Amino acid sequence: MSKYSIFSLVRNAISYHENWAAAWRSPEPKQEYDALIIGGGGHGLATAYYLAKEHGMTNIAVLEKGWIGGGNTGRNTTIVRSNYLWDESAHLYEKSMQLWEGLSQDLNYNVMFSQRGVYNLGHNLQDMRDIQRRVNANRLNGIDGHVVTPEQIKRAIPEINIDQGCRYPILGASFQPRGGVARHDAVAWGFARGADKYGVDIIQNCEVTAIRQENGAVTGVETTRGRIDAKKIGVVVAGHCSVLAEMAGFRMPIESHPLQALVSEPIKPIINTVIMSNAVHGYISQSDKGDLVIGAGIDSYNGYGQRGSFPTIEHTVAAICEMFPIFKRVRMNRQWGGIVDTAPDACPIIGNTPVKGLYFNCGWGTGGFKATPGSGWVFAHNVATGEPHELNRPFSLDRFVTGFLIDEHGAAGVAH
Amino acid sequence: MFLIECPWCGLRDETEFSCAGEAHIARPLETEKLSDEEWADYLFMRSNPKGAHREQWLHAAGCRRYFNAERDTVTYKISTTYKIGETPPSEGKK
Repeated sequence: MSKYSIFSLVRNAISYHENWAAAWRSPEPKQEYDALIIGGGGHGLATAYYLAKEHGMTNIAVLEKGWIGGGNTGRNTTIVRSNYLWDESAHLYEKSMQLWEGLSQDLNYNVMFSQRGVYNLGHNLQDMRDIQRRVNANRLNGIDGHVVTPEQIKRAIPEINIDQGCRYPILGASFQPRGGVARHDAVAWGFARGADKYGVDIIQNCEVTAIRQENGAVTGVETTRGRIDAKKIGVVVAGHCSVLAEMAGFRMPIESHPLQALVSEPIKPIINTVIMSNAVHGYISQSDKGDLVIGAGIDSYNGYGQRGSFPTIEHTVAAICEMFPIFKRVRMNRQWGGIVDTAPDACPIIGNTPVKGLYFNCGWGTGGFKATPGSGWVFAHNVATGEPHELNRPFSLDRFVTGFLIDEHGAAGVAH
Repeated sequence: MFLIECPWCGLRDETEFSCAGEAHIARPLETEKLSDEEWADYLFMRSNPKGAHREQWLHAAGCRRYFNAERDTVTYKISTTYKIGETPPSEGKK
């Protein structure tokens, strides 16, 4: 496969861009692989990429029931940050942040990672105390961040409303300068191309219908494209993890909810950073195309329908209009929903399961995109060696039995 | 927009309600004899099905009473609602 560079761009420009090679193959599934990854979203493709690159496992396949990156990877607000409170999650998300910082070069694919900073707003005294505590915890873990005043926010974002007389006044914020956004589709495509380069088979339109086991160990899967054997299976299916767990014969502490986002019509550059507010449930950034990308909260009921309810949009848009009165007349262009897998402690579940050779990576809930490279990196280690990496050991499924929960409801962007 | 039928108040707008999770999870009686695994199963494990789901709803901005609903988690269509303590109507038909 040809390397992308200024020279390949010039070479292909001469032939009117008609001879670009496909970025990945579409192979027929083989009878047997060394490992299978179920789920071709960002996390699944990253797992396959790091399995091949870091662990030399190239006889593997990614099974995707639709098209790659068509689930939550293509349905999020692309925010990347690592300012989590507890040591366990701070280390995991910070590993991911460090991978993000070199990802475009590593993949030879521009994922358009832009470290434009992330503000997390506080609207009351308790918010501000929590923000200060979280920033202090972050700095002790070597993660950048500081607390900013409303005046400093106003200087950076002139359009924001810092009037102290409104219902949810802005009293300050935490700011992580290394946070930012990345191009979500490019992340899926870059990892797919990177994995394919090592010989990983990416098999789309292939839905897993059963997980086959013998004597408590996995032996393969049944799919809509026939039976495929493997001794190691990594399941990275986000909202559908309970469905896959049921096939394998155990239960997960997960509930799937619709989470939605919306974009406005494209407008001139106006916001050059990311602003998030937990308390009023709205977050906003501007894409390179010019549309405002707005994230909402989850619907309270379980749902697999990939669409959200209208009252939730109304709630979010009301919050955005109070924070940015200038956007009151901006029209919304598109709205979509993803199915997020929320865990009781707002933290992922990554690791071994009661079935030998079967590994789960799920529970990322409302904030999985930022973790894409780090999640794939630790999960690849887990699948390759059969044992969790030090970074994902605390996120095992049996923390719900031991009681060692990692409560990140405060740092997760959206309340569950 | 949903219209949800509260068994006491009748059809009301969905914004008056809040969903309170899976229904028919009975609190274990002899809690002192429960193992950690059984506690985990009661507290955290959920069936989270794709399809028919029985769940609790609270008529928060109405009569403030809980009731149960059977709802499809893909189409979001509520097939029936019934009072707490009642047998799900679809079970009675079987």
